[in-house]
Amino acid sequence: MKRYDAIIIGAGHNGLTNAAYLAKAGLDVVVVEKNDYIGGAAASREMHEGWIYSSCSYVCSMMRQAIHRDLDLSRHGLMLVPYLGTVSFADDGQVLKLYTNAEVEYLELRRHSPHDADSMHRFRADLTRYSQLIRKTLMRTPPDPVSFKPRDIKELLFLARQFWTLGEREIYEYIRFFTMSAAEFLDDYFENGLIKASMATPGIIGTALGVCSPGSAYILLHHVMGDVDGNIGAWGLARGGMGAISNAIASALQAEGGEIRTHSGVQQIMVRHGKACGVVLENGDEINAGIVVSNLDAKRTFTQIMDRKDLPPGIYDKARNFKIRGSSGKVNIALSGLPKFTNVPENRYINRGGLTFTGSMETLERAYDCWKRGRWSDVPFVESVIPSAWDPTVAPPGKHWMSNFIQYCPPKLASGPWTPEKRDAFGQTVVDRIERYSPGFRDLIVHMEVRTPDDIEKEIGLTEGNIFQGELTIDQLHFNRPFPGYAQYRMPVKNLYMCGSSTHPGGGVSATCGANAAREILMDLKRPNTVPQDDCYDE
Amino acid sequence: MTQLGHYDSIIIGAGHNGLVCAAYLARAGQRVLLLEASDSVGGLASSREFHPGFKAPVAHSVNHFSKSIAVELGLKAHGLVIDVGSVPCVGLSPEGKHVFLNGAELRGVSDDEREAYARYSRQLQRFARALEPFWLKTIPRIGPNKLGDMLTFGHMGLNLRRLGKADLREFLRVFSLPMRDLMDENFDSDILKSLLSWDGLIGSKMAPRSPNNAVLTLLYRMVGTTMSGGVGALVSALEAAATAAGAEIRTDARVQRIRVSGSASGLRATGVELGNGEVFEADWVVSSADPQTTFLSLIGVENLEIDFTNRIKRLRCKGYVAKLHLALNSSPTFGGIEDSGGRMIIAPDLDSIEFAFDDAKYGRWSEHPVMEITLPSVHDASLAPPDQHVLSAHVMFVPYDLQGGWNEATRDALSERIIDTIERYAPGIRQTVVGRELLTPADLEHAFGVTGGHWHHTEMALDQMLMMRPTYEAAQYATPIPGLYLCGAGCHPGGDLTGAPGHNAAHEILK
Repeated sequence: MKRYDAIIIGAGHNGLTNAAYLAKAGLDVVVVEKNDYIGGAAASREMHEGWIYSSCSYVCSMMRQAIHRDLDLSRHGLMLVPYLGTVSFADDGQVLKLYTNAEVEYLELRRHSPHDADSMHRFRADLTRYSQLIRKTLMRTPPDPVSFKPRDIKELLFLARQFWTLGEREIYEYIRFFTMSAAEFLDDYFENGLIKASMATPGIIGTALGVCSPGSAYILLHHVMGDVDGNIGAWGLARGGMGAISNAIASALQAEGGEIRTHSGVQQIMVRHGKACGVVLENGDEINAGIVVSNLDAKRTFTQIMDRKDLPPGIYDKARNFKIRGSSGKVNIALSGLPKFTNVPENRYINRGGLTFTGSMETLERAYDCWKRGRWSDVPFVESVIPSAWDPTVAPPGKHWMSNFIQYCPPKLASGPWTPEKRDAFGQTVVDRIERYSPGFRDLIVHMEVRTPDDIEKEIGLTEGNIFQGELTIDQLHFNRPFPGYAQYRMPVKNLYMCGSSTHPGGGVSATCGANAAREILMDLKRPNTVPQDDCYDE
Repeated sequence: MTQLGHYDSIIIGAGHNGLVCAAYLARAGQRVLLLEASDSVGGLASSREFHPGFKAPVAHSVNHFSKSIAVELGLKAHGLVIDVGSVPCVGLSPEGKHVFLNGAELRGVSDDEREAYARYSRQLQRFARALEPFWLKTIPRIGPNKLGDMLTFGHMGLNLRRLGKADLREFLRVFSLPMRDLMDENFDSDILKSLLSWDGLIGSKMAPRSPNNAVLTLLYRMVGTTMSGGVGALVSALEAAATAAGAEIRTDARVQRIRVSGSASGLRATGVELGNGEVFEADWVVSSADPQTTFLSLIGVENLEIDFTNRIKRLRCKGYVAKLHLALNSSPTFGGIEDSGGRMIIAPDLDSIEFAFDDAKYGRWSEHPVMEITLPSVHDASLAPPDQHVLSAHVMFVPYDLQGGWNEATRDALSERIIDTIERYAPGIRQTVVGRELLTPADLEHAFGVTGGHWHHTEMALDQMLMMRPTYEAAQYATPIPGLYLCGAGCHPGGDLTGAPGHNAAHEILK
């Protein structure tokens, strides 16, 4: 029977990236995927005839350009364009239209608050500065802070030096930023409720924290530290939907001779003599390999597809305690025409931008309160985009596709399990929310697909439907991700690695976790490194 | 204006930290004047009569005062017995299945849970001990430091390293956990979870699901010593220690302004001005008032750099704890409790705390308040007439700025709601209530001059701790105004009755 050099479990974008870099180094690799499509949560699927949905993830900002360039993803068909603006809707009918045009944006901010218009420069500058430091760590393996290995000490010194060069004042500001809530952080800059709310929303996307929870300021940063085409903080769209990213990486992988097998869910990781040596598929087939790389989340990897007796003591409990909380829903809508929004003109900025139904800080926080109580809010935060307004490949001519991301949606309801009726009711809440700002919206709906965290878990395999494969709180970041002592992509069983968003630097379609894991694997196998350095080092 | 003599140090505010600082400075031979705005010493720890014959201190238990300060100041000679053992703590259950915790002894839970507690407690104790020495040290600034400063950092690193690999890793993960996660990882019993979370949350704007700051607060409260006689005895002993060392204490002396004079070499604090026009001069002015009061009203922003003023203004100072005092004409009976000398916690599960917090976020108090109850008169008979008692309740979470504002009606409604809640656990207690007093955070601000009515003067949060408390440039007790020092809960290490800020400030001044 054929024995591969490496099996990668899960054809999400990180698994594909990992495989591509291993294949590039000459390894014989196979990616096994349980679904009949690849991409995991970064997939484009025809869920209604003629319409292509980015069924889960819908926006791209974290993708590292070094990887994009190195794997030549553009040649493999990937095209990313940045958003041109964002429109936020308040509870009282006010609309904030932020376009990527400095003069227009300033005037628009002034309309709401002259004070905040002036503060925006300071806010953006501070955020960018904070993000610079984190960006430097993205494509580096976190050091083990308790180790005396030269490599770990060297990396710790690198981090210390980065911190040190910030200067005393900045270090304190940094610590403050890192630990406080998005609400308190924004209070330092803004006075206008709508401006605050619209700036706060990245602080809650995908996380089981509210705008008032300490730690949400970091989440905010996590969403604005990426870049599209060199614009730091920009969000972008992929032509053809998010699947275009996975498909391009898959194409790069196949060009290097890698293999992808769909319909191949993994039942169990095989461990012999304390070493991972292959997988058993759900259909009973065994595949042998020198190493096994799991792109599944940490909880699923250690509690579902591994035998507890194969794990060293304590690991099972660490995995069980790993925080991976479902908090987001998704509603994909096929439309017969482009919706119009009250008080919002039609222009290219809006067509290629985001729509956020934010309300106020209190609306956002109350939505979180509902999640804590096992309900969805009647006034949820909805973040939407209509990619078809710019991308002709995702909907039939003249028709449109709207992606709606909802924060929050509980994985389990206090009233009992999710049922189709409850799912529909949740979907209607979202439509109601949009209809309020776009009279007649409901009549444009041709098809609608609603996803709760429960649905996301069942289809994609993300535990609780958590989009980051694990909460982004200090106890699960950097050298603590996924567990203290196992942050260097090597897992407690020999020859077993992880390459998903459960590892540093966490969630987002960044391809970084997969690339970082590949670098570590190649080091262990004493193969030349194929993973590029990031662009932003100023060593 | 009358000039009234020159002192080495003037300390503003005779709270327990002011008293500790005064005692240390006087013992070092300084001529010290301690000025207190109210008519008695103790600040939030002073005992006040709230109903004829009934007295109560706002801070209602002493369970982690610094032992070395107690020994150094000879509090024993002033009538205190230290190290009297742990304060018993009971988690009250609506069904009467209370959980009793007294030091290492845990009752009312399963054997598994007891074992889990032993494990949990051993590990947290190790963390708490590793941090303990630094609560009594000035934490240096980050930057080019003197050798001594580097040694403090080195010592800190070494102490943490000595925990061993496994424990240090766990510390670096656990320190930022929300209480809820820490509890869920270790325990099953709802009452036990609330009981053990309490000390990580009370006094701060934190609910069980809030990350980053709660575990550090808990570790901070796990060290120190207990004392006989309650809060009143501690305050009298500190007052006696300060007076015996030669410090002069004046009550009813509200400081209106700290005098700042300028010269070619810059500004300097030279003394204080009282509300009645009296002026005292000193080489050192030491404020135990909260940082916002000290800088924004006593010093005045005209004497400060704008950047510094901004940082002081953005300190998070709104309190979330209200205090209810009840005068009881008989000894209250809590169902299933024999010894009511300890702390009793009403919070049936972590959600009850979380949801109470949710109400406070939006400026309301909860219909289901969670609270900690003590009977201070059990330990200090002078607080109530014979055979009668004082009940003291710390109620989380009560907002400083209530929606619609605080008035008699809203205060009465809250008091009634709290008494109803207590009645559930101590049936019949309502009939024994002969007097009551509710102190909302707004009342605490008014009565004790502490901004926002915040127990800790400003939030105990990672970004407002260590060399960042209250803010950089004022965290080593010295401030940007030469001659002006801070010694209150707004400095490292923070709030509660520990004596540490007063001690550390005195050491800096005497350097």
